Amino acid sequence: MTDPILDTAVRLGLSMLALAIVAGFVRLARGPSLADRILALDVISATIVAASVLYAVGTGLAVFIDVALAIALVAFLGTVTLARSLERGGEE
Amino acid sequence: MSALLVSLLIVLGSALVLVACVGVLRLPDLYTRMHASTKPATLGVSLVVAGLAVHTAELGIAVRAGLIVLFLLLTAPVAAHRLGSAAYRAGVPRWSGTVRDDLADARPPDAP
Repeated sequence: MTDPILDTAVRLGLSMLALAIVAGFVRLARGPSLADRILALDVISATIVAASVLYAVGTGLAVFIDVALAIALVAFLGTVTLARSLERGGEE
Repeated sequence: MSALLVSLLIVLGSALVLVACVGVLRLPDLYTRMHASTKPATLGVSLVVAGLAVHTAELGIAVRAGLIVLFLLLTAPVAAHRLGSAAYRAGVPRWSGTVRDDLADARPPDAP
């Protein structure tokens, strides 16, 4: 990856995703309900998927695409399982 | 030309994911936050993945990129629906400006 425009774009994108993860973590810490925290984890994992793909573009390492796919799979299962436990009355 | 297109897709996608996270942080209640988290985040990740597919222009990578997008499009609505219905039944409070609750008389709030 030698193109200066693409290099700038990847850096800019990764910076925005870092800010996004910070915003997600603030919501994760604040709550107020358990559902809000599950939602924050879900959106953080989506951000990590995007960051992983962006890192694959930046470094040219194709492995990170598989990482993104695996994180997307696990995050879906995690969200659904947590929502299920919330449904069964596990508030806090 | 291709680098420009890839850069545009990447920056646009990352900006959308950032918007989604800021929405999750700033919106007033869980249901509006879910609106912010599902749609822009899915489209943002899809745009970044499309940027990757254009960048490498390799079949194997493009297939995996397509799988990521397909999987996101399949799972994001399911997860949001599960979480939303679980939260509604658990009695998560709504924003004071909410104008409509279609489930209010469909089932009692404490039904399983």
